[in-house]
Amino acid sequence: MATSKEFFYRRLHSLLGVIPVGVFLIQHLVVNHFATRGPEAFNQASHFMENLPFRYALEVFIIFLPILFHAIYGLYIAFTAKNNVSRYGYFRNWMFTLQRVSGVVTLVFIAWHVWETRIQAFLGAEVNYDMMANILDHPAMLAFYIVGVLSTVFHFANGLWTFGVSWGLTVTPRSQRISTYVTLGIFIALSLISIRTIFAFV
Amino acid sequence: MSEHKMISFIITRQDTADSTPYDEEFEVPYRPNMNVISALMEIRRNPVNKKGEKTTPIAWDMNCLEEVCGACSMYINGKPRQSCTALVDKLEQPIRLAPMSTFPVVRDLQVNRSRMFDSLKRVKAWVPIDGTYDLGPGPRMPERKRQWAYELSKCMTCGVCLEACPNVNSKSDFIGPAPLSQVRLFNAHPTGAMHKTERLDAIMGDGGLTNCGNSQNCVQSCPKGIPLTTSIAALNRDTTFQAFRNFFGSDQA
Ligand code: HEM
Ligand code: SF4
Ligand code: FES
Repeated sequence: MATSKEFFYRRLHSLLGVIPVGVFLIQHLVVNHFATRGPEAFNQASHFMENLPFRYALEVFIIFLPILFHAIYGLYIAFTAKNNVSRYGYFRNWMFTLQRVSGVVTLVFIAWHVWETRIQAFLGAEVNYDMMANILDHPAMLAFYIVGVLSTVFHFANGLWTFGVSWGLTVTPRSQRISTYVTLGIFIALSLISIRTIFAFV
Repeated sequence: MSEHKMISFIITRQDTADSTPYDEEFEVPYRPNMNVISALMEIRRNPVNKKGEKTTPIAWDMNCLEEVCGACSMYINGKPRQSCTALVDKLEQPIRLAPMSTFPVVRDLQVNRSRMFDSLKRVKAWVPIDGTYDLGPGPRMPERKRQWAYELSKCMTCGVCLEACPNVNSKSDFIGPAPLSQVRLFNAHPTGAMHKTERLDAIMGDGGLTNCGNSQNCVQSCPKGIPLTTSIAALNRDTTFQAFRNFFGSDQA
């Protein structure tokens, strides 16, 4: 019997969540962290990224298409689940539900964030420190960004945990427990990085 | 009122496969060491509900009465489990009984678990030994492997793990944890391993292994304590390699 499409799509979804989307996420958060060293540093870093060779190809193939596939298939996965934490309140079941909720929150956040920054840049605006400082000037927007970024970071960190299981890297209960601690550490580290970045614009 | 201690039940009933479920209350005289099934038998003997009205006996499934056949699974106070090992003394009253919800209800507490048996057929959960001549005793299994494989062999297709899984529902055709774990069991068997590729290919089909979303409710819920999530992760590893072999071809055929 031939391997079904479902197996392929599901594994592709899993892979894209880490490579390239997860890798891009880390890169994006790290580069933005230059904001903590002042507007100059941030602008310089963001200009460097803007002027990378093959910029459009990189954006389309490393960021846009993979996220698009992961998000659409992710929505399908999320809405085929019948969440049942009220009956089965185990830790991993909570993570399962939160993975789906954070996926949807992340999608809303990313869509808004891309509209406000990348699409505006396409329409002629300049993406720089001042642009972000203006956006985050509104308390509601600030809250939205904090929620959105934390949701994304959670989704990525917990996604790394499920990735380990999905590909058969973490098989035994002990390896999965260690993986819980490691991915928790990644969640905390990336959260600190992104919150510090956000407040560098305020 | 009688001087006897009574046990009260709230039972979700359903007269036919597609009729609307309703709750009916019962009171059953207490006897020491009763299990839920003995109470159901008592109601069957005297089908009168709490209001004193005559009603139909309750339908449910059972067979072994010692938690090895899996037929008697139902919701007991909100948890899917076997009614034969659910001791009344250990349950809070009123005891609420309801049929499992991921399987079609036949009547009252009786559900149709055919989908599990169909899945077992689909994944070839057996060791093929039939032939035109005696194949002999076959190779021995290393003791260490036998020990963990024995744990997997305890599965009684009770359906509790499918019931607990958020990805087994009417919107998905996921076969669920139990048949997957059986694939690991039969692939571990020295003779069963001759059909390893077929079983892996089967669970790489639609509704197969990748539908697992790692809620890990199954391993928490299995009455036999089967390490279902270890089985699933191990199969994830096996299918990772199998997918490469299928795509690129393999020196191992
Ligand atoms: C920054 C963007 C995103 C990143 C870095 C990311 C990353 C990941 C990773 C690493 C996984 C684990 C894959 C696995 O289980 O093997 C995952 C799973 C998942 N993602 Fe995303 N994701 C992102 C956006 C989204 C969006 C927008 C959605 C849309 C709802 C989504 C829905 C899901 C779902 C439902 C799963 C669970 C899949 C499963 O358990 O089988 N993700 N994601
Ligand atoms: S794996 Fe456990 S819960 Fe699932 S059907 Fe078998 S015995 Fe029941
Ligand atoms: S009657 Fe066999 S498990 Fe309960």
